[in-house]
Amino acid sequence: MAPLLSMHGIDKRFAGIPALRSAELVVDKGEVHALIGQNGAGKSTMIKILTGYYRKDAGEILFDGRPVEFSSPQEAQRSGISTIYQEINLVPYRSVTENICLGREKRRFGLLDWSAMHAEARALLARFNIDIDVRRPIMTYPTAVQQMVAIARAIGFKAKLVIMDEPTSSLDEREVEVLFGVIRQLKEAGVSVIFVSHKLDELYAVCDRVTIMRDGRTIQVAPMDQLSRLDLVTSMLGRELSQVLHDGLDSANASGEAREPVLKVQNLAVGRKVHDVSFEVRPGEIVGLAGLLGAGRTESARAVFGADKADRGTIGFSGRENAISAPSDAIRAGMGFCSEDRKLEGIIPDMSVRENLTLALMPQLARRGIVDEARSRQIVDSFIKRLGIRCAGPEQRIRELSGGNQQKVLLARWLCMNPRLLILDEPTRGIDVGAKAEILGLIRELAGQGLGVLMISSELEEVVEAASRIFVLRDGRTAAELKGDAVNEQSVMAAMAHGHEDTRETVDV
Amino acid sequence: MNTISLKVFQGIGRYGVLLALVALILFGWLRYENFLGAFNVLSVLRYNSMFALVALGMCFVIITGGIDLSVGSTAALGSVVAALLSPYGVVPGLLGGLAAGLAVGACNAFIVTRLNILPFIATLATMLAASGCALLLANNQSVSVSYETGFVELGQGDLLGFPIPAWIALIAFLLGSLVLNFTSFGRTVLAIGGNEDAARLMGLPAQRVKALVYLASGGLAGLAGVILAAQFGAGQPIEGVGWELFAIAAVVVGGTLLTGGVGSVGSTLAGVLLLGLIFNILNFENGLGWISLSAYWQSVIRGAFLLLVVAIQARLSMRTEEAA
Amino acid sequence: MSDTATTLPPAAQRAPRFGVRNILTRYGSWIALVLLILVNLAITPNFATWQTFNVNLTQVCAIVIVGVGMTLVIATGGIDLSVGALMAIAGAIAPLIFLGKLFPLPHPAIGIALAFVVPVLIAAALGWFNGWLVTRLSIQPIIATLVLFIAGRGIAQVFTNGNLQVFNLPSFQFIGLGRVFGIPFQAILMIVIVAAAAWMLRRTVFGRQILAIGGNERAARLSGIPVAFVKQRVYLISGLLSGIAGLIVIARNSAADANLVGLGMELDAIAAVAVGGTLLTGGRATVIGTLVGALIIQLVRYTLLANGVPDAAALVAKAAIIVLAVWLQRQSQR
Repeated sequence: MAPLLSMHGIDKRFAGIPALRSAELVVDKGEVHALIGQNGAGKSTMIKILTGYYRKDAGEILFDGRPVEFSSPQEAQRSGISTIYQEINLVPYRSVTENICLGREKRRFGLLDWSAMHAEARALLARFNIDIDVRRPIMTYPTAVQQMVAIARAIGFKAKLVIMDEPTSSLDEREVEVLFGVIRQLKEAGVSVIFVSHKLDELYAVCDRVTIMRDGRTIQVAPMDQLSRLDLVTSMLGRELSQVLHDGLDSANASGEAREPVLKVQNLAVGRKVHDVSFEVRPGEIVGLAGLLGAGRTESARAVFGADKADRGTIGFSGRENAISAPSDAIRAGMGFCSEDRKLEGIIPDMSVRENLTLALMPQLARRGIVDEARSRQIVDSFIKRLGIRCAGPEQRIRELSGGNQQKVLLARWLCMNPRLLILDEPTRGIDVGAKAEILGLIRELAGQGLGVLMISSELEEVVEAASRIFVLRDGRTAAELKGDAVNEQSVMAAMAHGHEDTRETVDV
Repeated sequence: MNTISLKVFQGIGRYGVLLALVALILFGWLRYENFLGAFNVLSVLRYNSMFALVALGMCFVIITGGIDLSVGSTAALGSVVAALLSPYGVVPGLLGGLAAGLAVGACNAFIVTRLNILPFIATLATMLAASGCALLLANNQSVSVSYETGFVELGQGDLLGFPIPAWIALIAFLLGSLVLNFTSFGRTVLAIGGNEDAARLMGLPAQRVKALVYLASGGLAGLAGVILAAQFGAGQPIEGVGWELFAIAAVVVGGTLLTGGVGSVGSTLAGVLLLGLIFNILNFENGLGWISLSAYWQSVIRGAFLLLVVAIQARLSMRTEEAA
Repeated sequence: MSDTATTLPPAAQRAPRFGVRNILTRYGSWIALVLLILVNLAITPNFATWQTFNVNLTQVCAIVIVGVGMTLVIATGGIDLSVGALMAIAGAIAPLIFLGKLFPLPHPAIGIALAFVVPVLIAAALGWFNGWLVTRLSIQPIIATLVLFIAGRGIAQVFTNGNLQVFNLPSFQFIGLGRVFGIPFQAILMIVIVAAAAWMLRRTVFGRQILAIGGNERAARLSGIPVAFVKQRVYLISGLLSGIAGLIVIARNSAADANLVGLGMELDAIAAVAVGGTLLTGGRATVIGTLVGALIIQLVRYTLLANGVPDAAALVAKAAIIVLAVWLQRQSQR
């Protein structure tokens, strides 16, 4: 039987940088196909090319036996491809019915037939065992219901292929079961599903086959039941188990053991994603926070910095507990935070390197509110030299710099404050290999000088190499604490893959 | 999620303004003789029908998350064109004013959707341009309307004992309500304002709908200009100053969110009448002779009213965000 | 809004473009100003005279002074519609004070001093109120300032009962009519304010914080910048400058008319800011650009008037300039 969808040799470059390199994806009729990979592996680019959001540079797409090239999501939808996006894309103030039926309204005498539309919405939701007032605005319902509505909308289009990008991220277990029931119904009806998720349990529960992507390439395609969890994770992260063995270069950090932790987080809970997270950082120590996407790493870090409010738990910093309620408190207390999204939360694009670098330091650089330009220039020059920031000069706009150099400027923004703790969320994301090594080297050097570093990274190799201690988070809980020789990719992956649901396990030598 | 406060939020949006309107009318009825007399009621309706038309267009624009500052001078331009064409009959006058409004609306649509310029600044520019055109056409003075052709009936006449401009506004609002609630165009307008990206991902023609909304706003403002000319017997090139902000205030008082996505045609009408009645009540109050409040109080009271409404909206939306 | 769907990654390694377009967008307003002056020198009779210079300068003073405050507000990503109304309030209160209508004056000099200080402070306080609405109640700037736009002029009218207050008080009117070395005092005041604001925006912590908030509010917050405080201050400054502009206008006219003082000023100021090259979405601002923008608008009007084109046509020209300027700005952002 010919496959429903086959994408071959797909290439895509963004401004010259390849995002996909002859990637492949083949989905059979009535199959639930898992698509997995790290951040930046190319899954979403692949999906967006399929749905006409992006245009491919090369390759061919066959859907339902015909070559296709959709120019917009509408067109893909009309041909029978429905997509449920990761961020719920609904119109918050509008009713459930509208959110389900917009774009294919039912009409009578040229006007909208509300009763027919309400009935259809109710019928679609009934498949999910959901019985709600479909007239009320979608925003009045919990996220899980919203997610179900988004799915109902997608299914309502009589799709041949339904793409679900992390559909379960806001659902609880019971709701996930219901969703799986619906997926199985779809499957029986001959509808194919592409299922993107980072939760391994789910992949094994519902998917038939899996395509694993890495660095814009399709690495492996296999039936789910012939692939062990560990194989799946290693294949995804691109590390051969035999190849990795931690070479114990943490002697510089070992002295930190005895010192009092500069940061101590206990039983932290924040919003929906963080339930019970504990970790600590000692001066001069690099602590890694590992976990799959959605495990609650970023959310925990943001709460520590005061950018989000913690619901429960204690955050002790420099001996004081829960004293931080806003980033400005955290900064005053001696913390720095490099956000994972450089563009959205880091750089101020229209400002110069110098202005970006001294943004947090400015109040200290000023006398009676007037910036001491000479000192500012001095500091900026010294950091440009020390960190090897490549720019035309301190007055160049930061948006014109490469990602790696932008990141160095942001690092310098905190380093010039002489912080006691630096939180780095994905410090090497979107940065080329050479700059990566430089930045990691720098972080290690800083820790050697007594700085505490909390590092979040999706690149295992990086965390393992840099950190002397790793806390592994899983589904919003601290699943394991690894130290000493246990800091290696195997154990981290094991903790990420299996975790320890109830008891937190400390893996020691 | 705290659904109760959300309900209150929705309720205030939908019924709060109606309640306030009813309360104000009751107050006037109990306090003043002749408040609900035919003369007063009809003249209030006649006068406010122009604002109602402008506010209706504004309501649609604001629901998409935009704004139209040009409506005031568009109305002025419409009134001048209508007055100039009034000697040729009712229909040329009416169509002329309407066409002038549509032309300005088309400019807005082009600048906003094609040149991708913020609605605020785009309509600020067309506001100046429309005002300039009105002054040029009118030679800097008001243009008398021809009383021969019956054109003035559009503003001063009655039909079945009800002022013609009020009929026009009423029909426009009924149509507007129908379009917003019972056509996919109307629902797309709401969806764009709620989340433009989501609307686009849902496959809705966002740009086209936005363009049409600005076009409609211009057309309605032109129509208001026709009524203005007919009611006062002259095309007024310098009228309409501040109409846009009055219309925005009426829309906001009616519970439409300025961020877009929520709005109702009916409560916009209530908002217009509410703000209009404040002036009327002030007149009656002065007529009683107890106190003498100058007409200037009306804008102070309107401002205070607006403040009250947005403060309540802000409070409630903050609370719903926290609850979410 | 519309370009959320583009495929471009963060503009990482794109080299800065030097081309006609880049020069046009960066120095467009200066080029336009110079061209206008050259054209006028060629075609407008009596253009290169001291009088023409002074006339044009005094015409833009109030707009520029208000425009400076508007520039700062827009730099944070906001907008202030209430400036005209605040001018009316300040303009209404000042004569009430020095004419002794509010309270008896012990000495005329005190009256004049108070007439300078009190209205400006009241306008500043109202500006701060705008900022409070924006930051504490999270009301969109356009609506928050609409409240005072509507109510403010009414307040001024209520104060004066809508009456025209005529006066002749040279010591007070110096702010609008006085000259220093032949240069109108208001022009000097304008230059001082522009220079101070330009310096503040570039050299002080506060100025940097304004631009940082407008450039990326989330990043600014994460860098410990007190966003609410800075925004409140900016609206306060806008109110304060509106108050000063209100005093200039009534001094110039020897009369305060609450119905007319500052009418339409918010739009003139926004237009000057836009033409001057300040980014309307915030983050990039130039106070001197606002001065240039106001001069361009004024010069276009003057050129047309001096050459027999009706004032109304100048409005259309102004509209075209605004659209063109903002459109060019957008091109440079791509």
